This record gives sequence, structure tokens and C-alpha cells, in this order.
Amino acid sequence: MTADRAKLQHYLALRRGAFTIIAVLALYQAVARSGHFAPALMPPLGAVAHTLWDSLLDGTMIEHAAFTLYRVLSGFGLAVFIGLPLGVLMGRFRAVENFVLPLASALMPIPSLAWIPILILWFGLGNPVTILVVFYAALFPMLLNTWSGVRAVNPLWLRAAGAMGANEHALFWKVIIPGASPFIIAGLRQSFLRAWVAVIGAEMLAASDWGLGWVIFDAKEFLNTDVMLSSLVVIGFIGFVSERLVFGSIERATIYRWGMARAAKT
Amino acid sequence: MLERAGKRPLAVPQKTPMPHIEARDITLIYDTPSGTVPGVRGVSFAMEASEFVCIVGPSGCGKSTLLNIIAGFITPTSGEIRIAGEPVRGYGMDRGIVFQDFAQLFPWRTALGNVVFGLEMKGMPKAERETVALEQLRLVKLENFARSYPHHLSGGMQQRVAIARALAYNPAVLLMDEPFAALDALTRDDMQRLLADVWRTTRKTVIYVTHNVAEAVYLADRVVVMTPHPGTVKTEVPIRLPRPRDPLSVEFLDHQKELLRLLGQDARGN
Repeated sequence: MTADRAKLQHYLALRRGAFTIIAVLALYQAVARSGHFAPALMPPLGAVAHTLWDSLLDGTMIEHAAFTLYRVLSGFGLAVFIGLPLGVLMGRFRAVENFVLPLASALMPIPSLAWIPILILWFGLGNPVTILVVFYAALFPMLLNTWSGVRAVNPLWLRAAGAMGANEHALFWKVIIPGASPFIIAGLRQSFLRAWVAVIGAEMLAASDWGLGWVIFDAKEFLNTDVMLSSLVVIGFIGFVSERLVFGSIERATIYRWGMARAAKT
Repeated sequence: MLERAGKRPLAVPQKTPMPHIEARDITLIYDTPSGTVPGVRGVSFAMEASEFVCIVGPSGCGKSTLLNIIAGFITPTSGEIRIAGEPVRGYGMDRGIVFQDFAQLFPWRTALGNVVFGLEMKGMPKAERETVALEQLRLVKLENFARSYPHHLSGGMQQRVAIARALAYNPAVLLMDEPFAALDALTRDDMQRLLADVWRTTRKTVIYVTHNVAEAVYLADRVVVMTPHPGTVKTEVPIRLPRPRDPLSVEFLDHQKELLRLLGQDARGN
């Protein structure tokens, strides 16, 4: 595979992605212009773009996005910090697995947003609640993927490394973590997505004054559909960028390069 | 985790005529839900330093199990392995191991990265270990592929990297478990020639497990023939043909026939 070919593939993928998005936007515009709905409820794209542009220029949207990102990254970071090592321990030691797995199975089905009322009672409105909810949403995908990844590490790698004199520390950093990396990266990806979904909901219920979720909820009070929609655009855009650029590059630099995972063919 | 043998000198000077590797009455009994099954029973043999011994036998005769016991991955139910006079407890850096499966290489490390692993574990400085590893890759004729990842290498090349990796930290013993069994016939012939060269250069003590009789006659100083259920040593056959060996010579084919007869695989049957 050559770099030119890869670049071309990348360009084509980008073009396909753009085509889908443009088609959906055109459909929206057609419905909005058809007159079936009041413009106040379904503003045309131009109005949304105008509102978005203004809010970006005066910095309010960027500030909201920064608050949201701060919360999501804190909760996500905490989930990785705890989920990754715990997942490795679960995969390595039966006792940890026996202890953590029933707990995870019991907590996992509870939607993270269901915790918000009780968390508000404990912590009040604000960052601690939103960060905890994000953490809760992001923890389980990270934990379970890492656990699966560690169990999927080829025992031959462990034997070979052991025979070459690797101690527990070296086994962990130089065999288990890279060996489990396809699952760990899938875990990071899922975790971040869950965190991103959770933060918006959490902000609607528990944030005061700042955050993209709060913007939507607040705009509802004043029927500002253009503000709501421009906030949605920003939410989608940040999610898209992190998914495609951040996690996509991590994958290309690691597991694709190592041949441990392949992009889908055609 | 298996326990590891403590640090000890890799090459023990042998003044007394002590065998380099000695298997003393090795028995391994598996506990299965349907009762105990003997995998290996009463296996004994001895090897001189720099000797090349092939263990042949039909599948299920316990030859790979025996190799894993010598490697220290499995503890035998009774008996002991001695290497350079010391009993084997767990694995140690006096033995290098090559498995059959290509997947034994670390896919996240380049060929060079794989070969330096053992040296890295020993704490050798980076520049020095890369020099040593490149030398090993040259030995298996892969110096031009040092920066390639395993998934870009063919099966034969991956096995050569595995050999270089097992030799890099300079163990006295090389243990090989059907390393070329998954390769096509032509590549396998090349690999056997290469291994014979590597062995002549490095003078390691090699235990090589195979079910391929021609391979055993080509490589070995001595062939240990095993029979299954339970795995026992049937006999030992010395191969005294001059090297490099000609697989089409009459003597070569005679040895092959003899081994096949011992394995009960010749045309007349048992």
C-alpha cells in the first residue's frame, strides 16, 4: 500500500461523507421551505447558519463548547484512568474478575441519566454531577473492552516474552497493553461516544448557565429553534471530528500499521 | 505465572563429560474430567553440547509436551530435566524457543523490535542491542527487513525472525517446536538449509520436534523416536551422514525408511 493510494482513498471517503451530509441538509431545507411547519419551529438553514456564525463570532458558542468538552474530557479521562487498569486486572486475575464482574453487570444496565436526580441531591447543580454522569457512562465500555482484550492476548506472546526474561512489569507494558490494543482502542472509542452522548443529557438536567446541552434546554424556553439547531450542529461536529480524526488517527498509527486490524474492503 | 529460574551463567564450561541436557524419567499425567491421562511416560535421554537432536513421532505422542517441559512451561508430574547439570525450574534465558505458529512474533514490533526484546529484558543499552539484533537478522538473511512489521513478511520470513529472536540473547540451547510445519514444501527446504547453516555457525544445542521424517534426517545428529499413548521413547537413531546432506542419496533414503518403519508408517504397515 502506497502513501498516494492511501491519500486518494482518504479523499474519496471524505467526498462520500460530504455527499451524504449535503443530501440530508437539502432534504431538510426542502421540508423547511415547503410551508408545512412554522418557520419559528423549523427555521431554514440560512437562519441556523446565521445564528451559528454570530454565536461563534461573539465567542458564546465556543465557550459553551469548551465547558462541555471540559466535562466530557474529565469524565472520560477518569473512566479511562480507572477502567483501563481495572479491566487489565480483571483479565489477569480471577479474583478481581469475580469481584468486579457482578458489580459491573448490575450497574451497567442503569442509564447514566437516571442517576442525575440523586446526584443533584448529593452534589447540587454543576460540574461534579455532569462529570460523574459522564464517568459512569464511559466507564463500562472501557472496562469490558479492556477485559476482553486482555483475555484475547495470544498466550504465545506471553510464553515467548516470559522465555525471553520479561517480568510482570514488562509483560504488562510491552505485551499485554499492545496485545490488547485493538480492544482497548475500540473501548476508548465507544467510551468517548457514550461520554459525549451522556454529557449533553447531563447538562440539560444538571448544568447551570454553560454547556451545549444547557444551551438547547434553555433555548427551548424561548422557542429559539435556530439556537437549538446550531448547538446540535456543534455537538455533531465535535463528535464527528473526535471520531474520525482523533480515533481514526490513533487506529491508523497503531493497529492498522501493525496489521492487527484492517479497514473494511470495498 | 510460571516461576523463573534465577540468574545463572549462560554457557557453563564443561570440564567433566557431563551431558548438556539430560531428561531423567520424565512423566506427565494430565488430570481430565474423565480421569488421569498419561501424556508422557518415563522419557529419558541425554544430549551433548552442540548436538542437534530431532524428536519425531506421530501427533499425540507427547513430543511437543516434552519440549514444553524442557522449556519450563510445564512442570512434569515426576522426573527432572537438567541443563548443564542444573535442574530446570520454570523458564530461563539459557533456552531460546521457536514455536510453529507464525503469530508468535509481536505484531506491534518491527522485525528488529522483536529480535531486541530479549536483550531489552536483559537491560542492554539501545544502540548495543540493535547492533546485536541486526547481526542476528543477518544470520537469517533478513537484515534488509529490519524495519518491517511481521504482517508484511511471509510465513518463512516470520519464522526466520522468530529464530533470530530466540538466538539474540545468546541462549546455549535452542528449542524448536515444528517451526516449519506450516510452510509450503519449497520454503521448508530453504528454511532447513538455512537452519543447518545457522546451527553450524552458532553451535547451539538444538532440540527440534517434528513429525516430518525427511526433515529429521536432514537436520539431526540423532533422532529420538517416540510412540503415542502414552508418549514414550521407542528408540534413538544416530544419523552419521556427512553435511550438507543430500536428500536424494541412497543413505539418506535408507535412514528415512528406517525411521518410517520404526514409526509404523512404511508401505508394508506394521
